[in-house]
Amino acid sequence: MPPAAPADAPVLLRARGVTKSFVGHTVLADVDLDLRAGQVHGLVGENGAGKSTLMKVLAGVHAADAGTVELDGRPVSFHHPLQAQQAGISTVFQEFNLLPERTVAENVWLGREPRRRGLVDVDRMNRDTAALLEDLGVTGLRPQQRVRSLSVAEQQIVEIAKAVSFDARIISMDEPTAALADHEVSLLYAIIRGLTARGVAILYVSHRLKEIFDLCDTITVLKDGRQVATRAARELDDAELVRLMVGREMSAFFPDPVPGTAPGEVLLELRGAGNGYVDGVDLALRAGEIVGIGGLQGSGRTELLEAVFGVEPFTRGEMRVAGRAVRVRSPRAAVRAGLAMVTEDRKATGLALDLSILDNALGAVRAAFPGRTRAARREVPGLLSNLEVAARALDQEVQFLSGGNQQKVVLARWLATRPRIVLMDEPTRGIDVGAKHAIYELMRVLAAEGVAVLMVSSELPEVIGMSDRILVMRDGVVAGELPAGPSEEEVLAVATGASRAGAGR
Amino acid sequence: MSGRGALAGRLGTLTSTGIVLAVLAGAVVLGTVLTAVEGRNFFSTGNLRDILTATSVLGFIAIGQTLVILGGSLDLSVPFVASLTGVVAGGVMAGETGRVVPGVLAGIALAAAIGLVNGLVVSLLRVHGFIATLGMGLVISGYIASNYQGNHGSAPRSFRMIGISFIGPVPVSTLLLLGCAVLAIVLLRRTRLGHHLYAVGGNPEVARLSGVRTAVPIVAAHVLCSVLAGMAGLLLLARLSVGNPTIGSQGQYDLMSIAAVVLGGTVLAGGKGNITGTLAGVAIFAVMDNVMAVMETDPFLRNVVRGVVIVAAVAVYSRRSIGRRPARFERPGVLDSALQEAK
Amino acid sequence: MSTSATARDTTRDTARGTALPRHTHGVAGRMAASVSTPGGAVFVLVLALLVATIVANPTFGDPGVLIRFLGRTAPIAIAAIGQYYVIVSGEFDLSMAAVIAAQVVVAGNYIGDDTGRNVVGLVLMLGLGALVGLLNGLATTLLQVPSFIVTLAMMLALTGLVRYLSGGAADAPPNDAFREIGRGAIEGVPVVDVIPYPLLILAALSALAVWLMRRPFGRTLLAVGDNPAAAHLSGARVWWVKTRAFVLSSLAATVAGILLVGYAGVHPTVGQGYEFSAITAVVLGGVVLGGGRGWVLSAVAGAFAIELLFTLLTVLDVDATWRDTVRGLIIIAAVAFAARAWTVGRRTSGRARRTTLSDPSAPPTEPTSGTNTGGN
Repeated sequence: MPPAAPADAPVLLRARGVTKSFVGHTVLADVDLDLRAGQVHGLVGENGAGKSTLMKVLAGVHAADAGTVELDGRPVSFHHPLQAQQAGISTVFQEFNLLPERTVAENVWLGREPRRRGLVDVDRMNRDTAALLEDLGVTGLRPQQRVRSLSVAEQQIVEIAKAVSFDARIISMDEPTAALADHEVSLLYAIIRGLTARGVAILYVSHRLKEIFDLCDTITVLKDGRQVATRAARELDDAELVRLMVGREMSAFFPDPVPGTAPGEVLLELRGAGNGYVDGVDLALRAGEIVGIGGLQGSGRTELLEAVFGVEPFTRGEMRVAGRAVRVRSPRAAVRAGLAMVTEDRKATGLALDLSILDNALGAVRAAFPGRTRAARREVPGLLSNLEVAARALDQEVQFLSGGNQQKVVLARWLATRPRIVLMDEPTRGIDVGAKHAIYELMRVLAAEGVAVLMVSSELPEVIGMSDRILVMRDGVVAGELPAGPSEEEVLAVATGASRAGAGR
Repeated sequence: MSGRGALAGRLGTLTSTGIVLAVLAGAVVLGTVLTAVEGRNFFSTGNLRDILTATSVLGFIAIGQTLVILGGSLDLSVPFVASLTGVVAGGVMAGETGRVVPGVLAGIALAAAIGLVNGLVVSLLRVHGFIATLGMGLVISGYIASNYQGNHGSAPRSFRMIGISFIGPVPVSTLLLLGCAVLAIVLLRRTRLGHHLYAVGGNPEVARLSGVRTAVPIVAAHVLCSVLAGMAGLLLLARLSVGNPTIGSQGQYDLMSIAAVVLGGTVLAGGKGNITGTLAGVAIFAVMDNVMAVMETDPFLRNVVRGVVIVAAVAVYSRRSIGRRPARFERPGVLDSALQEAK
Repeated sequence: MSTSATARDTTRDTARGTALPRHTHGVAGRMAASVSTPGGAVFVLVLALLVATIVANPTFGDPGVLIRFLGRTAPIAIAAIGQYYVIVSGEFDLSMAAVIAAQVVVAGNYIGDDTGRNVVGLVLMLGLGALVGLLNGLATTLLQVPSFIVTLAMMLALTGLVRYLSGGAADAPPNDAFREIGRGAIEGVPVVDVIPYPLLILAALSALAVWLMRRPFGRTLLAVGDNPAAAHLSGARVWWVKTRAFVLSSLAATVAGILLVGYAGVHPTVGQGYEFSAITAVVLGGVVLGGGRGWVLSAVAGAFAIELLFTLLTVLDVDATWRDTVRGLIIIAAVAFAARAWTVGRRTSGRARRTTLSDPSAPPTEPTSGTNTGGN
């Protein structure tokens, strides 16, 4: 916990009643925020609570639909991120806005390159950058290094240096430690403390409660776009914070297993499986089981699914499907062996956006089982209506559907192939509550029919609520296994390495 | 980065420019051997002159193509711009020394105008450079076919000197080419325009977020590319002494320039590359052509060789998977890691 | 309150939800909707140009003249069909002219006067066409070289090879029996007088092409063009799908070459610029460069539209040498406006479309997750 900062530090930014909707879906409703000089203000909430959107509104990426933002007492409204930067609000996003092929200095000064006699003064650019880095207390990073050769932590430092170079008085950070190792987190702490000592206000968005309490003076909790609470960090503790964030009985939301669902034969078996990104994975997935895979970002969860599905095949160890040893070297081989994968980003890798619902729903069958197309075409309308896909007609292009409906089309596509093993990567990301529920019910039904489900999710309640057991990954290996119904803290503990639980290593 | 084999480590510190220079060196060695088999000396003044002369025309065009590709665009209209500049300038000069300057200015101005149109179509109409310049090339081709039925105009002797003068073993045209290359390098490294060009080619969104007006570097790159293609056309005019309306398309300068640029380490998607590599790529093709000429390979078969080499060269460079996550548990193969890490 | 799914609500029961209708509009509605798209508008364009040409030159309206025009346009239309397959999968085939030139030489030099070699020659030509397409496709997909480079290089190499083997040009045209394919027609037909064989071949190939696009291969081809990553993850063999498209394109060029040999002979310039004619036709037909959208019959209509336009220009005394210019302008204009026109009248989706080689669409109206302005 930081030392109690004076509660009357000047308010640099005052936001009132900020509201934002996208395509009829309200993402932020009437949120207030005060950022004080030299203080760290934490912003917490689950996925979809509106944290990122609030950050983007302040950063000038989005314009709020309603509400006011005042900087130093004067109302401002930004239509371009550059305006916000020039006004002194800089943002470090989760995905960096850096040019990998350019040097640190070139990235920091992009668009503002110093000139001498008409030509860019490269020496001055490098000197100024070195000074910035030194100011931040960073050593070992040279301005002439190409960003591509830097680690994630170092790239983040470049982003922060860029922010500071704008004389930012307010810096927002979105999940800054998501991809950092422990020693790199300490460096970030030091940088943040240095900044606050200079009177910079920091807006810190994170899922990691430990950091929130380590760094923040004030904490705002968002839930479903609404502001639930804004309190001094001193007045809160972990349990209270989680309660404010989640605020509901978890068991109510997730459907129970269908009566009579019982684990059957082992459908997917991994022994010592590994590739460039995961190592030593042992797994036995049974028919009728829903196994969740938890872990922090970058722990190798998606990579594990991709290895099973043949996107980045295993190079070590054994894999068996329904008892038979297989070498899945491509997604096609996986599909033909009875697997299905719902990917993390449906727009980028899940759907052909210009094609119709019907074409998308038949996509996997046509690609991998062309002979079954006719039969599948008869089945697909039923699948879609069962999933309650809301659209005008089957020939509507999927790009016009909502996220939830798009995800349902993806699911229909896979169901049409009659898979025995379904891999899901963030199945309910970016989806409204109603569609989420429908997908959870579908998962229960699949399990009842004897399908094995392997699910990766960053939403702890989801992993806990739906899984029969949970594998927790850390740094590319399975760090532990937990039985059904653990607490979020238990899962996080294994994910961060704070403790060793269950049958792990 | 630990745990790499010694070879991979040393290869990995090579820049991609270094790689192409190494390939050039290899080509020269191979060329020397093959030439010697034919009883000729690769390094004779005459042979070197031939090679350097051959690099000039393609060199001008390849420099321009580098600029455009760095910005994430492409220019397929260069052969036609070269041809058009030649016939227009030749027509204005009409064999009179006093009219050399107006001829050159007319040709270059026309080329610049074409480049401007290309750049505007790409940035304002948001058509990719490939299509925009493919279309523009056809437009020019039709214009040339309709207005020039054969050789047109003529270059006076004073102008022709550019094409055939030497300073020692080095042709004047090569010196001009190097001069342009130096200017291009200064542009890329030391001007805001150059920096912004790299940014727009690397990631237009990031550039835009930093306040860069993305249309400016693109239009400038296209104008410069067309101007350089125009200079190539003037050089051809000087060498042929007349303007030939199909000289550009005959030389396959669109494909060859793109191949030289890619061979030189510039990435087709934009944002990474340099002029030096491109010149090395041009030199490699010149050496290749020279060796084939010395070996008296059938001119038609030379095209087969060119085609195969182009595809192979681009294929090797495409193996670089840019933006791949670094592996945690394994190392990629030596060649892959070398290509990947090449700066 | 917890919910539970009962065992009877299996995924395949239609117990829940209402079934979605197959189509948004009825048949008439669909026709109206499609006419407002570039793919449908081209048919209207064809009619408009036809009327304009007849007005400018009334003899053009004579059925006999018209049908012969259609027959002469058949080779380009067939080439357009081939190019359609490649473009809709997201690639380009710039080697068509070289393929035609090669086939012309084979027809002239290998078949020549020997009618006994006609059938073997045809098979040889088709085999050669398939081989070129195979090489184009494999180099593009397995070597990962951009298709425009592969096909330009193929054009370079193939032209060189053909000229090397033939010493520069074909000796003489093949025998008349072979040329009948391109020159011949069904005689004595009422109203139109003749039905040229090329037109029949075009009709057959068009029907085949439409059928093929409705098959799993065709639909997968569209999916590959629209989103290769998603298609790959759905189990498609993207490399094989695209390679087959290249094979079809080269085969189409081969057929066009066979027809051209019929009435144009073996002049070295036969087929020159065919890839640009084909691309122009496809683009005019509203097929989106970068893939995933467009109808094959629109590409055929695009070929007719262009040839009608050229005929009109000829009637208006415009030199044929301007054709390349017209093609270039059409390509630029069609690409600049086509992709936007497909979404006219519909709300902007705001989705982040991955940038393909030709991405003329406007930037998304809101940054979506995964772009550089932060995740969800």
